[in-house]
Amino acid sequence: MGEMKTFLMKKGAEASLYLSDWHGRKVVLKKRLAKKYRPKILDEQIRIYRTIHEPQLMHEAKRAGVPTPTIFLVDIKNATIIMEFIEGKQVKQLLSETSKGERESLCLKIGKLIGRLHENGIIHGDLTTSNMILTREGKIFFVDFGLGEKSKELEARGVDLHLMKRALQSTHFRFAEECFNAIIRGYAKVMGSETAKNILEKIREIEQRGRYVAERKGEL
Amino acid sequence: MKNKKTGEYYCLGIESTADDFSIGISTFKGEILANIISAYIPEKGGIHPREAARHHAEVASQVLEEAFRKSGLKPRDLLVIAFSQGPGLGPCLRTGATVARALASYLNLPLVGVNHCIAHIEIGKLTKRVKDPVTLYVSGGNTIVSAFDLGRYRVFGETLDIALGNCLDSFAIEAGLRQSHGMPFGAMVEKLARKGKKLIPLPYTVKGMDTSFSGLLTAAVNLLKKGEHKLEDLCYSLQETAFSMVTEVTERALAHTEKKEVLLTGGVAANKRLQSMVEAIAEEHNAKFCVVPSEFAVDNGAMIAWTGVLAYKSGLVTPIEKSFVKLKWRLDEVEVPWVK
Repeated sequence: MGEMKTFLMKKGAEASLYLSDWHGRKVVLKKRLAKKYRPKILDEQIRIYRTIHEPQLMHEAKRAGVPTPTIFLVDIKNATIIMEFIEGKQVKQLLSETSKGERESLCLKIGKLIGRLHENGIIHGDLTTSNMILTREGKIFFVDFGLGEKSKELEARGVDLHLMKRALQSTHFRFAEECFNAIIRGYAKVMGSETAKNILEKIREIEQRGRYVAERKGEL
Repeated sequence: MKNKKTGEYYCLGIESTADDFSIGISTFKGEILANIISAYIPEKGGIHPREAARHHAEVASQVLEEAFRKSGLKPRDLLVIAFSQGPGLGPCLRTGATVARALASYLNLPLVGVNHCIAHIEIGKLTKRVKDPVTLYVSGGNTIVSAFDLGRYRVFGETLDIALGNCLDSFAIEAGLRQSHGMPFGAMVEKLARKGKKLIPLPYTVKGMDTSFSGLLTAAVNLLKKGEHKLEDLCYSLQETAFSMVTEVTERALAHTEKKEVLLTGGVAANKRLQSMVEAIAEEHNAKFCVVPSEFAVDNGAMIAWTGVLAYKSGLVTPIEKSFVKLKWRLDEVEVPWVK
């Protein structure tokens, strides 16, 4: 890749993100590093699979009207994706800083975007507020589709939203409920209230599947 | 009451969430004076809740006597009775709770209901001198990645269906293995896995920070029934796949929370291969890695006693009329005022 200035932006669990310059463009290099803890074959399978599928899903998401960084290059051998750098703020930070009204409108938008993904058969697989970036123009970009899949099944959609709910509960529990409710309202605008109702029902079922949930049948 | 000779206060803890009945005694400073565990081992198959509860009722008085003998204390030396109030199997929990209520009323002592999962974390912190870890708690009934944040232990990741230990146990049962004292199913799978060489592809399911083992178990059992692979290779592949999944989500929680300690606990924590995997990710994130010693990693009364101390010191007691067991009590429902 020749000479360029590259900075480690974030060392995540799965991949390292480098801020770099690529043909005069500000880009992010997402490199999935080998994990020594798991067998080499399994490690390569996982990394290659995700390196191929992530850009595909991002591309499809964009087509569905969900902003995602533009992909410039996929280097399968090195498990590296080069993509557009998105200038903006993580929704994770924003939610805690902003007012109740702002929070609600942000979550409504997020819900609509998730609806668009699901409508087009895209399951994000890791819906958290750290995987959403708000730009100055007010667009919300979704990133990190590494755990995503293609599916239109209620089950997959339910798990996707269940993860969103769980992420809100673990990082923004003070307003997790209001945020999730707003997300569902946004989601219903795209998917229809009937589907949204079914999804909520499914989420309830998923929550009750875990071994220890208070509402499980036959309890107490 | 305060012991006149030692000037100490003592809490007795009763654990009976699943197949173990255990009583532990802890001082208010966290010295464990007794930790007697009686395991129920089924003739065949998995745990039958009613049979396990019968075992607990049969051994309770013996375990209690043993705990007093070991600690050198008398019932009158105690200040608090703690018990595992949930989550767990109903009949088993009720047996332990009954013993606890009886002791508390007879000795006229306060009762403290303890969340079993929180007790696992607290005893780990005590015995390994850890302050604020990301905890991977893996056992027959639980698979949880948790870390403390703003008043509670939060659940960052958990299983969407069966527990990791349950997956390994069920596979072992399908493979016709028989467990015995000192050799649980998990240890047998581990031993066989060490001889395995070939990695057979199995479903690897990570969703966000959650995992799912039911598909993995089904796939492994199907391959087992086909009889085309060596049992050693199947055990190896099952372990490698399942452990990689929990290690991946633990690493994600570690990267997310940026904590500096990783605690591995629960019955499956005894597995050396899992230990080495989790240790590797701790190293990579410059975090200290700790495995809870086996005696305190499996279900045990000492952890209930110690957590009872912490809760009681924070002014928490459970009146008898509110001491009903909670089968599905999540750890993130519980306020933990003693953690800062």
